[in-house]
Amino acid sequence: MPATADIPSGDDLTPAQIRALNRSPRQAFWHGLVQSLPFMLVLVPFGLLFGVVAAEAGLGLVEVLGFSTLVLAGASQFTAVQLLTDNAPVLVIIITAIAVNLRMAMYSASMVPWLGGATPGQKRLIAYLLIDQTFALSVQHYEKHPRLSIPQRVGYFLGASVACCVPWVVASGLGHVLGRTIPEGLALDFALPITFLAMIGPMLRTPAHIAAALVAIIASLVFSFLPSGLGLFVAAPLAMATGAWVEVLMERRQGVRA
Amino acid sequence: MSGYSDLTIWAIILLSGLGTYGLRWSFLGAFSNRPMPVWAQRLLRYTAVAVLPAIAAPLVAWPAATGGAPDPARLIAAVVTMGVGLVTRNVLAAILTGMAALYLGLYLIG
Repeated sequence: MPATADIPSGDDLTPAQIRALNRSPRQAFWHGLVQSLPFMLVLVPFGLLFGVVAAEAGLGLVEVLGFSTLVLAGASQFTAVQLLTDNAPVLVIIITAIAVNLRMAMYSASMVPWLGGATPGQKRLIAYLLIDQTFALSVQHYEKHPRLSIPQRVGYFLGASVACCVPWVVASGLGHVLGRTIPEGLALDFALPITFLAMIGPMLRTPAHIAAALVAIIASLVFSFLPSGLGLFVAAPLAMATGAWVEVLMERRQGVRA
Repeated sequence: MSGYSDLTIWAIILLSGLGTYGLRWSFLGAFSNRPMPVWAQRLLRYTAVAVLPAIAAPLVAWPAATGGAPDPARLIAAVVTMGVGLVTRNVLAAILTGMAALYLGLYLIG
């Protein structure tokens, strides 16, 4: 495979790359905002659902808005509410809600090459807004346009954040208000597992991801006899170790081939 | 969840938020100059794909709504949701078809 021919030299930029380089930080902000709009299709129903589930669990509107602005992480918020419904110990709820977000540390690490040079204040703000969607979209944009200045990168990220995070908070509040009018027969108890399962499918990109998910499923069922939510702390590390292990195996195999 | 006071719930919200913020800030804010060890990156890559199924699987196998008895409609809906997510790579499509499968299953079986 002639791979070397595709690497762009500094001088032949694509029209899109030239356009991106010529944007002011303010224009980069609007560009990021517009490119994030499709995510609203996922985040608005998901946020509505959080409001509904939280209302079912007995949380008030202010608490729902508190969750969505202070935690700002869908899976984690759903987990916390589920554990509240299960009457789990407070410490287990807090640790689990944080553990679900461990991937954020990896996002944070992946952002360093692109945004490490931003001001401390900007980095504090970026950290607050670092969710799955803003992370995925920004890294994709930075890789496509490697020569962007830091203010252009920051602008793009903040634009994406406004389009992702504001609808999330508004939709969760709206879901709480509307939740009371939603009939019982809708089996909303199952909305949470469905939302999680729906997020897993698109994540299964490699054999290592599939192996990790399979071990997570089996181990969580095997260890479900453990009290409220503790099975997760056995199943998840086992699954993560499996993913890392399969990844190493695959790399070795590729190394042998090449 | 009658067992929690308002204060307890706010403590949960604040501490979960603080811990999550710490994770998001960690490397970008504190270790901007130091590269992350490869083994740590490897493990962290599988966090989401390990935690989400581990939470969902017991809820699917022993749903609270049926008092923990396995329910064919919910099992089918779970398989449909994962299948559609896998094929379309679209979270929203997976949620919508999953819920549709659940309602159809509950209507036909339950």
